[in-house]
Amino acid sequence: MGATTTAEAGHHGHDAHHHHEESFISKWIFSQDHKMIGKQFLVTAIFMAWVAVIMSIIFRLQLAWPGEGFAFTNFFLGEKWAPGGILDPNMYLALVTIHGTIMVFFVLTGGLSGTFANLLIPLQVGARDMASGFINMLSYWFFFLSSMVMLSSLFVEGGPASAGWTIYPPLSALPQTIPGSGAGMTLWLVSMTLFIASSLMGGLNYVVTILNLRTKGMKMTRMPLTMWAIFITAVLGVLSFPVLLSAALLLLMDRVMGTSFYLSEIHVAGEALDNVGGSPILFQHLFWFLGHPEVYIVLLPALGITSEIISTNARKPIFGYRAMIGSILAIGFLSFIVWGHHMFITGMNPFLGSVFVFTTLLIAIPSAVKVFNYITTLWRGNIVFTPGMLFSIGLVATFIAGGLTGIILADSALDINVHDTYFVVAHFHIVMGMSAIFGMFAGIYHWFPKMYGKMMNTKLGYAHFWITFVCAFGVFFPMHFIGLAGAPRRYYSYSEFPMFDTVVDLNVLVTVFAIIGAMAQILFTYNFFYSIWRGPKAVQNPWRSNTLEWTTPVEHLHGNWPGPIPTVYRWPYDYSKPGKEDDFVPQTVPLEAGEEEH
Amino acid sequence: MTKLLILLVLVLGILAIAQLARVYELTSRMRGKREEDISPADNRLNANLMWVFLITYFGFFLWLLIRYSDKMLPIAASEQGESTDWLLNFNWVILFIPFVITNVLLFTFAAKYVHNKNRRAFWQPHNNKLELIWTVIPAAVLAVIIIYGLRTWNTITSPASPDAIQVELYAKQFDWTARYPGADGVLGASDFRLINGTNPLGIVTPESVAGRLLELQEEIAGIDDMLANDVLPDSKRDELTDQVERLRRHRSRVINLRTVMELDIKENGNASIYMAGADDIVTKDFYLPVKQEARLLIRSRDVIHSAYIPHMRVQMNAVPGMTTSMKMVPTITTDSMRTIPEVVNKVNDINAIRQGQGKEAYVFDYLLLCNKICGASHYNMQMTLTVTSAAEYEAWYKEAQKKPFQATDAEAVPEPAAAPSVDDNAVPADAQAAVRPN
Ligand code: HEM
Ligand SMILES: [Cu+2]
Ligand SMILES: [Cu+2]
Repeated sequence: MGATTTAEAGHHGHDAHHHHEESFISKWIFSQDHKMIGKQFLVTAIFMAWVAVIMSIIFRLQLAWPGEGFAFTNFFLGEKWAPGGILDPNMYLALVTIHGTIMVFFVLTGGLSGTFANLLIPLQVGARDMASGFINMLSYWFFFLSSMVMLSSLFVEGGPASAGWTIYPPLSALPQTIPGSGAGMTLWLVSMTLFIASSLMGGLNYVVTILNLRTKGMKMTRMPLTMWAIFITAVLGVLSFPVLLSAALLLLMDRVMGTSFYLSEIHVAGEALDNVGGSPILFQHLFWFLGHPEVYIVLLPALGITSEIISTNARKPIFGYRAMIGSILAIGFLSFIVWGHHMFITGMNPFLGSVFVFTTLLIAIPSAVKVFNYITTLWRGNIVFTPGMLFSIGLVATFIAGGLTGIILADSALDINVHDTYFVVAHFHIVMGMSAIFGMFAGIYHWFPKMYGKMMNTKLGYAHFWITFVCAFGVFFPMHFIGLAGAPRRYYSYSEFPMFDTVVDLNVLVTVFAIIGAMAQILFTYNFFYSIWRGPKAVQNPWRSNTLEWTTPVEHLHGNWPGPIPTVYRWPYDYSKPGKEDDFVPQTVPLEAGEEEH
Repeated sequence: MTKLLILLVLVLGILAIAQLARVYELTSRMRGKREEDISPADNRLNANLMWVFLITYFGFFLWLLIRYSDKMLPIAASEQGESTDWLLNFNWVILFIPFVITNVLLFTFAAKYVHNKNRRAFWQPHNNKLELIWTVIPAAVLAVIIIYGLRTWNTITSPASPDAIQVELYAKQFDWTARYPGADGVLGASDFRLINGTNPLGIVTPESVAGRLLELQEEIAGIDDMLANDVLPDSKRDELTDQVERLRRHRSRVINLRTVMELDIKENGNASIYMAGADDIVTKDFYLPVKQEARLLIRSRDVIHSAYIPHMRVQMNAVPGMTTSMKMVPTITTDSMRTIPEVVNKVNDINAIRQGQGKEAYVFDYLLLCNKICGASHYNMQMTLTVTSAAEYEAWYKEAQKKPFQATDAEAVPEPAAAPSVDDNAVPADAQAAVRPN
């Protein structure tokens, strides 16, 4: 392996001891330091997450008590979109769309990868910084700009994009069909273009840094699983986001230049359109070619984080390190050939459907292996329940539930009846809204000391975890039943269908859990910001962990290590190794004579 | 008001927890305890909560199963639904096993192996045999799932038999229209450029083409007239110019269509697809006979919709610019379904709820609903499906045939839409009159 110390001769020319004082702007705003950029991503994502949470409470109120007015709704949306506090049907769809977009892209892609890839890559592979600090900074600012454009779309005439986060044309292409497909949709596309640029800049940086800037001795097979997960995530993003970009550009052309990529034989608002020869299905292929890898872009970093935290806190090596890497690779590869499972009932050739059933169900194998390996890692461990550990265990529990319902959905014959119902909503919230979010929380609690040099309050962390864990199940588990009763998703109200009256009380239950769950996030937010200023000071290696980042000083410095970058001699999972006095052996400790690596 | 109070209590509760935690932090800091040192008491608390959670989780699951299983979709009313319901249950049984095993192991291990400073974790980096086993077992189970799944899928998606009843389901924002072939058993050709108030599906017949051309002609003339004689602001003028250009393009395409149609008719005479439309039945009634295969052809005029009939367990997207299809064999008539105890109970439950809310009573019906986000009224885009005996269906069909798409006498012009939708009104009234087939 080309493990080198090239990072030492970093592009910015000054070595670890930097002599000049950084200005306020270059330190806090246009920082090129990966740790600061990671924190910028995180804080932005927390803000965006709150926006999306408030949206979800607004539409959950409508679903539980359809047609009732709420001061809460009115407060946020005003008379235009919520006259008397009653949510407007178009606004309902707009909120669902923007909620989904923010959660999937801004929180779980930009937020999750942006935070932990930036914070951890140089620290865990042993580099002074990212390959290109400047491009890394640009990546954040594109992300920031993209967030602002997305938020600004909330205020335009006609409201924000409303065609669902999957923005299927023709609905997303024709403002005649829904008001949100006017300026709101254009801003959505502009925002996503910026977002894609951001994630490509970030992704290339991550890949290059991991491949080229590892410290001496850091073979690929000695990398922490977080690095493997983030590495494959970045590769997936670099390969699939350009396809979304092309889909978005073609859509933009259909919207403003009169092309017909996705439009054909449409009669709308009393008028036949000129467009012929396009296909709305083409968009879906392009969208899901990104869309499915995207769900793993969301999940893999969370799985990586969890592997690290579970091993550290079980004081036990992660079970089956190589199998874990293998399954990350297998998931990454397979995720490119399963996109058609979102399109079983678009009229696709049934044989093609069969192929997608096959490839999709293959993914369940590496997923199962990961679950078994997590469980075995806990077996005969010596488990310390830090908040990060709790969230990691929560991730495994939710990944089990979500993975199993995925098998139902992947079975095309069964998908016919549950496609686009609440069953799908339940499935993807359990894997994204719970697993991936839990991974993100786990990472925040675990690496907070590294980010801010302070400790978060453990007790608040406990309360946060248990309330969130219970409420999230309370929200998403009953949705399976609502879906199996045949209730479609993206419905403003079910009151037009008496057949769903007997599951309406489940909607109330779900909303109540959602409100309590959202409140619990106040605990987290308070704990997070309060601890940044007033939390107790952290020690260098609070969790007694093996990985390199804990060998850097608590006080951040540009270049990470005050002296030379440490050399790595072993894998990161030497916990409770027989013959060692401590129950952990950092990667920087040389192997003793005759000691086997693992 | 009560809701506000509850909210207030919740917020205060959260703040109280936060304050308590801070107080605790301060006291423990004074005692010299560090935040990252998890005390044995804390570890034990979380370990116990793991047990509690496991039990609550399964309890919640069971409660949902017991309380709501009879509120799910009732017995499948189609052959395909019977097979997919069986498959679904088969899958649930298989999946339930790993669900229980993995959750029990996860939470038990987490609780059982809680930290103890006198113990050391077991050194176990890997175990190839174990890993091989749990790669092979899921693979084998998935193979079974795939094989059964694809068998069902192949049956469901195989071509319908040639003598299946053909019905077209036509979607637009925000309603469904059905079209049945007339006596010739063939659905006529259609083209979106012919759509207007009297021809909502754009069926192509010599008359409808002629009528549409006339209509376009008049619209063009009207706008030309305005452009020539009226004093208009520039923006309005540009808009009208654009519009008239578009209309001209459409007219020339309709003329092309007419050429193609005339050639085809010359060649095939009455067998031409363009001669098949006049006797088609365009209707808001969706009837199917029981125990007969139906082939549903699905189209859309504007955005993607999805034809979903939950009781039949069938669904297919309606995509503008293409025709999709699905087949099904209804097995239970609407009337018999209303007498099945399971359904009777369900309807009673529903009516008990509705009575409490002062809403009108519910009678069971099969519904076709839209299941792809399609705009503001997506949540209310439905059509009733009535499944009857073969004899009743014949009677209904005979009656419906009396109102074909193009009647020979002007009185019987169909008025298909229950309420004309907004876009249909956009066609000027006199233009509509102009196309009345004669
Ligand atoms: C064993 C693993 C999994 C399988 C077999 C699986 C299968 C599927 C299938 C077949 C669908 C399409 C359902 C439909 O639209 O009718 C689906 C939807 C979805 N899945 Fe998964 N899935 C798995 C894991 C995941 C993971 C890990 C994530 C995210 C981190 C995820 C996120 C989603 C999302 C977001 C959708 C819904 C997209 C939409 O239509 O809006 N899934 N899944
Ligand atoms: Cu997918
Ligand atoms: Cu629709």
